[in-house]
Amino acid sequence: MRMELGEWPVAGNEVDASGVELAIEARGLVKRFDGFTAVDGVDISVPKGAIYGILGPNGAGKTTTLRMLLGIIDPDAGYRRVLGCDHPTDAARRIGYLPEERGLYPAMKATEAIAFLASLRGVPLKEGRRRGRELLEAHGLGYAADRTIRQLSKGMAQQVQLLGTLVHDPDLVVFDEPFSGLDALNQGKLERMMRGLAERGKTVIFSTHVIAHAERLCDQVAIIAGGKVPFAGPVDVARDRLAPQVRLETRAQDGPWRAALPADARHEGAFWYFTLPASGVEPLLRALIEGDAGILSLSIERAGLHDAFVAIAGEAAARALEQDKEEERRR
Amino acid sequence: MMAEKVRAAFVVARRDFTAVIFSKTFLLFLLGPLFPIVIGVMAGSIGAQVQKDLDRPEIGVAMEGVQGQALIAARNAMVDRMAGGVPDFVELKRLAPGERFDGRAALRQGPDRLAAVVTGTLERPVLTGTPERVDMWQGIVSTFAARAREAHPGTFPAVQAEVVATSADQTRNGQVATAQAGQTLLFLLTMLLAGMVLSNLVEEKSNKIIEVLAAAIPMDALFLGKLFAMLAFSLVGIAVWGMAGGVLVLTGAKHLPLLAAPAVGWPLFLLLGFLYFAMAYLLLGSVFLTIGGMASTVREVQTLSMPVTMMQLMVFFFASYALAHPGSAIEWSAVVFPLSSPFAMLARAAQGPALWPHLVALAWQGAWVLAIVRMGARLFRRNVMKSGGARKGGRLFSRLFARVATKREAPVTNAY
Repeated sequence: MRMELGEWPVAGNEVDASGVELAIEARGLVKRFDGFTAVDGVDISVPKGAIYGILGPNGAGKTTTLRMLLGIIDPDAGYRRVLGCDHPTDAARRIGYLPEERGLYPAMKATEAIAFLASLRGVPLKEGRRRGRELLEAHGLGYAADRTIRQLSKGMAQQVQLLGTLVHDPDLVVFDEPFSGLDALNQGKLERMMRGLAERGKTVIFSTHVIAHAERLCDQVAIIAGGKVPFAGPVDVARDRLAPQVRLETRAQDGPWRAALPADARHEGAFWYFTLPASGVEPLLRALIEGDAGILSLSIERAGLHDAFVAIAGEAAARALEQDKEEERRR
Repeated sequence: MMAEKVRAAFVVARRDFTAVIFSKTFLLFLLGPLFPIVIGVMAGSIGAQVQKDLDRPEIGVAMEGVQGQALIAARNAMVDRMAGGVPDFVELKRLAPGERFDGRAALRQGPDRLAAVVTGTLERPVLTGTPERVDMWQGIVSTFAARAREAHPGTFPAVQAEVVATSADQTRNGQVATAQAGQTLLFLLTMLLAGMVLSNLVEEKSNKIIEVLAAAIPMDALFLGKLFAMLAFSLVGIAVWGMAGGVLVLTGAKHLPLLAAPAVGWPLFLLLGFLYFAMAYLLLGSVFLTIGGMASTVREVQTLSMPVTMMQLMVFFFASYALAHPGSAIEWSAVVFPLSSPFAMLARAAQGPALWPHLVALAWQGAWVLAIVRMGARLFRRNVMKSGGARKGGRLFSRLFARVATKREAPVTNAY
């Protein structure tokens, strides 16, 4: 039975079972729009100081999940606790949010835009202006401080909004598809910035449909497809869902050693590919040597996040992910 | 929590207020009411001049000997004692004894302002003119002829005047007129100003900043901030127009109709007028904001503004009708229905001295403002903040009522 709002305990859930302090804990989040279930029973635990990715194709429920976690919309069922608050807006001053659809008031000057975003989060306007100027200077945008947003290039305006997201020094920073629309250079800059935040003990959570970003950045991921989260946890655990893959090159084409290969072994070019048997690599090696295979090379590769995603979310979700990436590339 | 909401509302109000007040559109907004006034004054003065030129008819006189002069002298002696417009009398010709004069020909050929001709004698005057002119003037021609005929005209008795400031009838009618004027002014101001709120949230949506706002502050604080920014903005407008109006009154007061003193007295009436304006504005503004929040394009806002304006008109007519039936079920309905309540209560202030109903009414209206804002904020969060941002046109009524599902997120865009 699904838990309805208010049934969950209100205290004592900021630490998970293993004693890790949590920035976000959500259980059984459900959101329906006009009979369509956008998010269906999502459970997420984001440790403090982690970089956490929500990975899934467009339409999977990433944005809706983030909006529920931020309190922009309320869930129809389920429970969430953010930075120790039962309602996320109570912790708004400690949260920074960069939405997928970015935008600022076009007539505002860059400094004023940052100061305004700071004032929304409780920073006095004067202090916000001071911090805004400092941040713009620090990021090489000091010359644009008194220019209006409409006078800035799209990339510069995006940077101004990013600085506005961080101006109040939030403990939790939420990015919705932060890499969309950025060139490779700025993607790299943003990745460095996110790592820097985590190093300073800040919790970073972001959604993406690009596995490579999640693989490079995240300590933990939630894989989301069709509004459900079939996996949430450390990236390594996701990858370990799949047994390692063996790539074998032999001198002999045939012989008694072939009996040592598992049933899923396939021959492509000069190599044999198969899943590492549950018994491990040693019995395999012994059988190959005794069977006179003449091993030229043997490598054991841990499954990548992409393969883990396919295994966890299914082929259809993986295809949707690829399509989204392709669409974005075309745009 | 309440303090945080007030703080957040203030942040939004400050941004909106400064954004509007320092824009070029504000100047146009201030000048807005001037255009219909200037056009009205120009049309009025041109029309009055035309009317003046057209409506100064003359009656030509053609009689034997001094009879014509006597008739004109009688007219001039009596004109000040007669109500209404009395046309000028001009002598067309002094006739010799036995001479005849063709009045019809004179009307055909005569000067432009010649509207009728008097011939014959003082005993038997003949008035030639169109039927309506003859009907209108035969009485005065007869009166002037009678006066001219008397060798020793009688004197008119002097009337002793006892002037009173007012009468029961005049007080009642005057206060009704004051109530009507107050309601009309209230309606015009709310009509002019509240519509601006309708498109306010669309700006946020088109700038894509709405999600940042919604994540940072409570939605009802956002709505309240916007409402109060627009209220403050409208008060600046009213102050400017009020000063302009004051100058007009001071410079041309004698030409303006004087309104009867309202039952609660002018100072309190003006204070209540201000409070009821604020309430009418906040009530209508919160409805507009709720609907504007549902709309995602300017086109949708335009589509919505017409029925909402019609609704405003109906509310005004309802309150105006109720004004003439104090104490009736209709008037009570107008007092209780939130949108008409400020109008109906302002009329009450003009017609009745009791003050406590105004306190109750203001509290009632304020409660409704909060209720509508909360409902609007909830609707906004439930129906608008769907994945992928606001949907584009054509689904407004679905969003308001049926709420159709969105299954794919919109492509990533930004609005810098």
